[in-house]
Amino acid sequence: MNLTYREALRQGLHEALAKDPDVFLMGEDVGRYGGSYAVSKGMLEEFGPERVRDTPLSELGFVGAGIGAALGGMKPLVEIMTVNFSLLALDQIVISAALLRYMSGGQFSVPLVIRMGTGAGRQLAAQHSHSLEGWYAHIPGIKIVTPATIADARWMLKAAIADPDPVLLFEHAQLYNMEGELGGNIEVDMHSARVMRPGKDVSLITYGGSLWKTLEAAGTLAADGIDAEVLDLRVLRPLDTAAVLGSVRKTHRVVIIDEGWRSGGLSAEIMARIAEQTLYELDAPPARVCSEEVPMPYAKHLEDAALPQHDKIVSAARGVLGP
Amino acid sequence: MSTFDIVHPPPPPSGPVRLETKQALRLLRDMLRIRRMEEHSAELYGAGKIRGFLHLYIGEEAVAAGALGVLTTEDNVVATYREHGHALLHGIPMKAIMAELYGKREGCSGGRGGSMHLFDADHRFFGGSAIVGGGLPVAVGLALADRFKSRDAVTACFFGEGAMAEGVFHESMNLAALWRVPVLFCCENNLYAMGTALSRSESQTDLTQKALAYKIPADSVDGMDVAAVHEAVVAARKAVMNGRGPRFIEFRTYRFRAHSMYDAELYRNKDEVEEWKALDPIQTFAGRLESQGMLDADRYQGIEDEVNGEVRQAIAFAEAGTWEPVEGLLKDVYTAEEQA
Repeated sequence: MNLTYREALRQGLHEALAKDPDVFLMGEDVGRYGGSYAVSKGMLEEFGPERVRDTPLSELGFVGAGIGAALGGMKPLVEIMTVNFSLLALDQIVISAALLRYMSGGQFSVPLVIRMGTGAGRQLAAQHSHSLEGWYAHIPGIKIVTPATIADARWMLKAAIADPDPVLLFEHAQLYNMEGELGGNIEVDMHSARVMRPGKDVSLITYGGSLWKTLEAAGTLAADGIDAEVLDLRVLRPLDTAAVLGSVRKTHRVVIIDEGWRSGGLSAEIMARIAEQTLYELDAPPARVCSEEVPMPYAKHLEDAALPQHDKIVSAARGVLGP
Repeated sequence: MSTFDIVHPPPPPSGPVRLETKQALRLLRDMLRIRRMEEHSAELYGAGKIRGFLHLYIGEEAVAAGALGVLTTEDNVVATYREHGHALLHGIPMKAIMAELYGKREGCSGGRGGSMHLFDADHRFFGGSAIVGGGLPVAVGLALADRFKSRDAVTACFFGEGAMAEGVFHESMNLAALWRVPVLFCCENNLYAMGTALSRSESQTDLTQKALAYKIPADSVDGMDVAAVHEAVVAARKAVMNGRGPRFIEFRTYRFRAHSMYDAELYRNKDEVEEWKALDPIQTFAGRLESQGMLDADRYQGIEDEVNGEVRQAIAFAEAGTWEPVEGLLKDVYTAEEQA
């Protein structure tokens, strides 16, 4: 059965609300409007305004209320339109949700899921286009998941809700209209990367919206006889270090593709772990393709130039393979 | 000598205490428990037994005693970094609080939190938040959960007047009013946000106006008068429980000691501090009870002895407590022991 990433998310959301009375959704325009990316369309009619709760524009307030509701025995599902607006709620995410369990000596878990859009590619300019999920992955106490496939869009929410700790779930805005086939019911976990394309010549490690550009680049490389392995990280915290190292030990060459910025970013962390744990397996210095270190520009040609793209990925892979 | 304008206190609480003797003595005892626990904490800080920040509540005890005395064990409490008294009166044993101040494993947060982060799941005490205003939206969420779960309870959220300059105060008031959740917002107005006087931090110093702007009924109460606090909270809790939505009460009170353990108190007039100290909530209340024949010197001494005994035991418990082994350092970042 073919469906879009958006529809897959909606099915997951519907299932969560239908199966567990402790789950409720809240956020800006999740109800009457149907969700700013239309993920929650139809939910208000089915589940009512208590469980599909429109909020005012108060990210800090309603994320904090989500934490309180989680402490009170509920499983709140909070939607923030995009990661850019989540910064208004940073205090509650980083200085409350992430550390309540530790700070209370293990007494309180915070089973809160925060969904948000992320990423660029739609000419929304500098305040709506950033990819800050890698930045959140810096924080102990929260988990960061980045569904990039139809199956993960469908099933990852279930795993996130079942998780007793705060989970930030990032939906790449470029993927909502992507269509694909949804197989049967599967269990997805919250800690494993997945090999999307096995290969032996070079590891292309990525996640989120860059996954599909990377797979396309792998196709191009294959036409030249280069057998690239593509690893979808899926989860940015906890990072599946074993999968990263396993792939690198197999191919001995690696390119990391990350829509986040380079400096102090997730790609740097992955490189550091490779360097710490398997440096001598490398046959070439690792490379990375990240967003250029600029606020996202509006004009299409500039935005394209600022983002990881097929050609840059192909070129970086050829670079680590040498002449 | 500082030259700031003196914020004069109200007249000392007077008039008959309309409480049963047993109830009145309980409030007196509760205030004394906080006072003596904190006086000893200050000494232990000086002795190096307690470290980090230690924010004393001395002078403000009437608010916690009057308010917590009304709440039940089903009610949720969310408090600030000046929360030793609230934690104690919501049922956390003094020994568990003292052990936490020491950083011992037997503390109510296992030694992970310290003075500013007292927690107790069994007693529905949700911290201990040291980001000013951070507890307010959490309280809204706790109350929302109670409504989902059809639990008959209120969530009492304590915060200082300084929190009312934070954006999150306004977001939380708006959410609470829109959703009509059972939250009792308890503003402890001690006149200073650390060292910044109310008139220097708020354009509108009538704090009830800020709640009323969100259509939340609001009262202002003498926070140096435990009987007045008690009476106001009885009425407010009843209104909240009757499904009439959140309530806001401003308790006008005063912190006798420094903001934390040491500050030079350059921001307030020493005469002002002395004027407010004359309103000591324990002494004035004891005096009123004596004049009504509800208390005499022997009975007062009996309460003192009992409280001092509790404090001694709490300190002995903390002294005898153990340190969490360093091997436990990484535990409880997550519920399941997965590490990134």
